[in-house]
Amino acid sequence: MSSYYGRPVIKEPVWQPEIPWYFFTGGLAGASSVLSLVARLRGNEPLARRSLYVAAAADLVSPVLLISDLGRPERFLNMFRVFKVTSPMSVGSWILGISGGASATAALLEATGRLKVVKYAAEAVSALTGGPLAVYTGTLVADTAVPVWHEARHELPFLFGSGAVASAGAAAAVAVPREHAGPARRLAVGGTIVENVVMQAMEKRLGMLGEPYHQEEAGTYAKLAKACSLGGAALIGAAGRRSRFAAVAGGALLLAGEAALRWSVFKAGFQSARDPKYTVAPQRERLGYGPSSATETNV
Amino acid sequence: MLDSYGPEAKERMGFFTDTSVCIGCKACEVACKEWNLVPEDGLVWTGESYDNTSELGANTWRHVAFIEQSDPLRWLMSSDVCKHCTHAGCLDVCPTGSLFRTEYGTVVVQQDICNGCGYCVPACPFGVLDKRHLPRQDPPALPVLTKEEDGRVWKCTLCYDRLKGGHEPACAKACPTDSIQFGPLDELRERADKRLEKLQAENWNGARLYGRDPGDGVGGFGAFFLLLDEPEVYGLPPDPVVTTRDLPSMYRSAAIAAGAVVAGVLAAFVGGST
Repeated sequence: MSSYYGRPVIKEPVWQPEIPWYFFTGGLAGASSVLSLVARLRGNEPLARRSLYVAAAADLVSPVLLISDLGRPERFLNMFRVFKVTSPMSVGSWILGISGGASATAALLEATGRLKVVKYAAEAVSALTGGPLAVYTGTLVADTAVPVWHEARHELPFLFGSGAVASAGAAAAVAVPREHAGPARRLAVGGTIVENVVMQAMEKRLGMLGEPYHQEEAGTYAKLAKACSLGGAALIGAAGRRSRFAAVAGGALLLAGEAALRWSVFKAGFQSARDPKYTVAPQRERLGYGPSSATETNV
Repeated sequence: MLDSYGPEAKERMGFFTDTSVCIGCKACEVACKEWNLVPEDGLVWTGESYDNTSELGANTWRHVAFIEQSDPLRWLMSSDVCKHCTHAGCLDVCPTGSLFRTEYGTVVVQQDICNGCGYCVPACPFGVLDKRHLPRQDPPALPVLTKEEDGRVWKCTLCYDRLKGGHEPACAKACPTDSIQFGPLDELRERADKRLEKLQAENWNGARLYGRDPGDGVGGFGAFFLLLDEPEVYGLPPDPVVTTRDLPSMYRSAAIAAGAVVAGVLAAFVGGST
């Protein structure tokens, strides 16, 4: 296949390490908000309270990460100049702003025991926006010209969503006494299984475009993600009910796996953008051409 | 496209870059840099023919590609630029509204609004935009939350300021062979069709228009090209598609996934809440 001196056709993203960490904290926050409200409605107060605190903490870290990544951090408020439905980042900023504000308010009122009605309202808002918060980052990266992301546009929100659910379960399994953490353990195990299935489906769909998930840094993170998430889920599932140690160790391992998964997706995007073949070959195929018939260049 | 401008809308302006008459003088690169005060970003010898600029980016808004071919023996040159797409991915994904469509139908970054989120960079199917990593010129706004580098995204403005003054863009003005032609897009398309017809009648192998078709994946380029080989030879994508074309189905998937998150949490409480 010919290219211009092997140079990339598209630009690599300019996002820094804050971004994959935000994918992790945003997912954790969103799914924990949902978990908290459902636990509240089912009368599991310890789980509801701790998950709310996890959600609020992750929601507070998230904007710090995002602002720190900006080229002009002092202009972060420009994110709220407009609401643009064509930009998942605009939509996501509003979701995070609303969800984060609501969960922080709810957590504060929970801790101080004041304004019950306001607290319930804030919890409801945070839970309603929690689902979108957990998945939108998948859509955000898919809405680019990066082949490994764009072609996985239907899998990525499910991958990030299931990963978010698993991490919320894992965090609650760590934070909540084990007699109250049954749903959290089931969530951790179930989320991990779904996530690994979605990952397989995504790689199958990507075909040649999925190569980055087996190469360089993305490949390393993908292996790490799989080992840690499955290992952590197995530990939680097998022994989390009886042993506090197993719940904490399994939860920590699973959380590490979830962070690694975001890093893998993040790095795969860079690798996919860097090599012109991932951009050119599928486009030629789309046009009905074979491998480039162009005169060999770059003597 | 320009309906929202009402009576202020102008004719859609653009470039037709006819690479068959490009002589690789790089006057366009220089004129662009001078007029737009685009800073110097390092001087290197790449060893890649006469190309020492390598690619479009924050500090290169015109880039002349040089391709040495042996069969047939020829030297291709082409001045690349922002395509000012009809359906511009960069503009669609920009969360601040910094990127906007001008009354001339061109796509411009408002530097006083851009907060350097970087979303447009991988959204462009041509790799046109990039973040400027050179030191920032204006004093830091705050003692915290400020970076040393410029940090904003820059690209060709199709000389928006010159257009407003009734002038043609600097690169077109400087081009000595009229390889870069500026004008109303409709006229340029007609001119390009005639030029292609002429070249084909003279048996110029590989002559083709790139980005002229309003039915392509980005709705046609505002700045299109006549190329003498396949686009990828010049480092251009053969079938660019605006990423947001798939956005409705992507939001559908995201909505279902968000619902699945809630359903998953509810399912975890089946069989007991503790």
